[in-house]
Amino acid sequence: MAEKKIIDGRGSFCPGPLMELIGVLKMSQIGDELEVLSNDKGSAKDIPEWVRKVGHEFLGTREENGVWHISVKKTK
Amino acid sequence: MKILIIGGGMGGTILANNLARRLSQELRAGKARITMLSASDKHLYQPGLLYLALGRTTPDALYRDQAGLLEPGIEFHVDPVETFQLDNNKVTAKSGKSYDYDVLVIATGSRMVAEEVKGLAENAEFFYTEETALKMMRRLQEFQGGKVVITVGVPHKCPMAPLEITFMLHDYFKERGLADKVQLHYTYPINRVHSLENVAKWAGPEFGRLGITSETFFNIKEVDGAKKVLRSEEGSEVPFDLLIAIPAHRGMEVIEKNGLGQNGWIPTNKTKLNMEGRTNVFVIGDTTNIPISKAGSTAHFEAETLGENIAAMIKMGITAPVRDYDGKVFCFIEAGLDRATYAMFNYQNPPDPKAPTRAMHWFKMAYNKLYWASARGLL
Ligand SMILES: Cc1cc2nc3c(=O)[nH]c(=O)nc-3n(C[C@H](O)[C@H](O)[C@H](O)COP(=O)(O)OP(=O)(O)OC[C@H]3O[C@@H](n4cnc5c(N)ncnc54)[C@H](O)[C@@H]3O)c2cc1C
Repeated sequence: MAEKKIIDGRGSFCPGPLMELIGVLKMSQIGDELEVLSNDKGSAKDIPEWVRKVGHEFLGTREENGVWHISVKKTK
Repeated sequence: MKILIIGGGMGGTILANNLARRLSQELRAGKARITMLSASDKHLYQPGLLYLALGRTTPDALYRDQAGLLEPGIEFHVDPVETFQLDNNKVTAKSGKSYDYDVLVIATGSRMVAEEVKGLAENAEFFYTEETALKMMRRLQEFQGGKVVITVGVPHKCPMAPLEITFMLHDYFKERGLADKVQLHYTYPINRVHSLENVAKWAGPEFGRLGITSETFFNIKEVDGAKKVLRSEEGSEVPFDLLIAIPAHRGMEVIEKNGLGQNGWIPTNKTKLNMEGRTNVFVIGDTTNIPISKAGSTAHFEAETLGENIAAMIKMGITAPVRDYDGKVFCFIEAGLDRATYAMFNYQNPPDPKAPTRAMHWFKMAYNKLYWASARGLL
């Protein structure tokens, strides 16, 4: 059963939301869905770009009160 | 009130000394007791390993006796913890002895796990332990030219080390008269050469100026030792003559085995520093899961905040912390063998690194000695 994990990358400049996602994906199972929270606009561009490049599934982005919610599914 | 600190590294030592000073009266009156359990009787200054790998220091300069770093009144045992019984407020250590507590602080650090990547441990050089740094130094001494690849795993401690080793290697080969024979190539997991945008903005052009090439969006998948090729999760290949890796890390095995946190990262409140779901268990340093740099300065600032909070709890009988940890981190960045800059930031403010100077390099060299005063809580 796929589980949804929240990665709270708000206020994380270093290592930052994308590095946090990469780290958590490693600990996840294929099929798991993850949602990254970031208050850095750059994440909304960088995360989908990396997810597509590496071959996981990008599920979408939404913005709520200055926080970007970026959803990803681990596929390999 | 019994305070039990697990781990005698940067975070645990700074916290123990900070508390011993704040609680000197309570310790004398028998109203408070501070006990530290660690896995070693020695304290290693890990940032010094960077210099060891380049033959710029010797191992003995990086160690002190742990007992000698601690304030009188702190009870210290080399007795690594094997089981945590958090519901019963006690831990059991290797000797078989159990230690109970009112307040527990976990500061067991992190370790590289090169063996988790196929071919990496056998085919790369590392500088994150004394043994590997010495091996890397010997390999560098023999190296006469070729392509040197510096590659970075996620997560890893000391976010500046990948850039620092690259800039320092540049100067090291130049000093040896090998600048024309060595090509330095750097790979990084995200789409710029450092996680901090302002640091990447400075380091990227600096690489260009020094002739260092780089590839970003590069996450280590495997190493083919026979072909001398490094492959990425993103599908690219990089040939190398000498591979230097900062591998991915985990927290200590004992944390995973006791189910305290996946991969050894303990879920921790990012401002209060308590373990999620526990009010008398606190976590500092590398082993937290806080999305922040795993650095000595992080452990240091967390220890200072926690010291103030635990002392206030004991002195005033309160349970809510008096101070929040604001995410403060300060990192020096060596930009070669004779110049450096720094980055300072917290949860709210990104860093704004300045151009490297010789003065900042000498400040870092001085800090490498002053660290021992800092660990004692004097700085
Ligand atoms: C090459 C290198 C360069 C670095 N450069 C810098 C730098 O320039 N600036 C910076 O800020 N940081 C730097 N760091 C990172 C810094 O050293 C760590 O982030 C810091 O030491 C973390 O502190 P800690 O207290 O969490 O863990 P540590 O200092 O690693 O201490 C962990 C302690 O826990 C003990 N322990 C382990 N298991 C057990 C157990 N089961 N029971 C009891 N005790 C246990 C260990 O013996 C040790 O005493 C560098 C690290 C390396 C490797």
